[in-house]
Amino acid sequence: MGTITVSGKTIEVDEEGYLVNRTDWNEDVAKEMAKADNCDLSQNHWEVLNFLREYYDEYQIAPAVRVLTKAIGKKLGPDKGNSKYLYELFPYGPAKQACKYAGLPKPTGCV
Amino acid sequence: MSEEMEGGTVKKFLYVNRKAPYGTIYALESLEVVLIGAAFEQDVSLAFIDDGVYELMKGQNTKGIDMKNFSPTYRALEGYDVEKLYVEKESLDARGLAEADLIVPVKVISAREMTDLMAESEVVLSF
Amino acid sequence: MLHTVNKTPYERNSFDSCLAHARKGDAVLLIEDGVYAAMKGTAPAKKLEQAAKAVAIYVLQPDVEARGIAGRIMDGVKLVDYAGFVDLAAEHPTVQAWL
Repeated sequence: MGTITVSGKTIEVDEEGYLVNRTDWNEDVAKEMAKADNCDLSQNHWEVLNFLREYYDEYQIAPAVRVLTKAIGKKLGPDKGNSKYLYELFPYGPAKQACKYAGLPKPTGCV
Repeated sequence: MSEEMEGGTVKKFLYVNRKAPYGTIYALESLEVVLIGAAFEQDVSLAFIDDGVYELMKGQNTKGIDMKNFSPTYRALEGYDVEKLYVEKESLDARGLAEADLIVPVKVISAREMTDLMAESEVVLSF
Repeated sequence: MLHTVNKTPYERNSFDSCLAHARKGDAVLLIEDGVYAAMKGTAPAKKLEQAAKAVAIYVLQPDVEARGIAGRIMDGVKLVDYAGFVDLAAEHPTVQAWL
């Protein structure tokens, strides 16, 4: 268990950096987590993060990479729904890294 | 994962769900195993019999019991290519339920057909 | 005496056994998976209807809502919240949990 500080507020994260309470999330939390990884969040990043948050709201799980890739392709087109594109945005793994920034738990089955 | 499975055989998996949600952990555990197992790209079917049919009830709201409502996750199964959900008619009838009460599209089958489905399966995981 | 039942009547016989041993003036509170027994139009609901002539029947509302059966509880059954559960336990000198 650890903490991160976002705009002066202390927020709990687990040992891998995922939020302990999903309700602590806001855009600044995502930016702060990304900054720690030397990642500057672009519009393309946000598109994926917002997609993940919507997915979680609807299904109450973080999708597996395969499922995320397919679903992104369906919504945003094949040039974005492929692992090359998603891994370029999130080199630590689209599900793992993006889910973390989006304030979601680690995807089920992701070790 | 898919690379490792290349050339591997696809087997018929059947997950049998027989428990009501929330009272025990079986229903949630089963769902998680199905989601994890989906990565192996097998031929997966889900069976809901006995109290397992309660897992799929529409309108669940767990705020008052401080547990996670995992019923919406059944609707994510399609995205995981888990599309064969079978519900036993006799189990629904005994509990005063109908297909329209369920949160996902399913195939309602008789106990006899369920028996055949079990017999045809190569791997049966029971929860 | 207050009786509680927390399993479905299809999975265990604790519901039937409880009703068979409840005396006039007792209260039966269905909790957790026990609440399914109070669903309208089912065989257990018929048994409850009979029992309700001598025994007060309650169901725990948070458990009812969690399971998506809020609109389908039979008539003659009272919904209680956690505070109501505590009141029932306090009103009755003995509580028997049928597990």
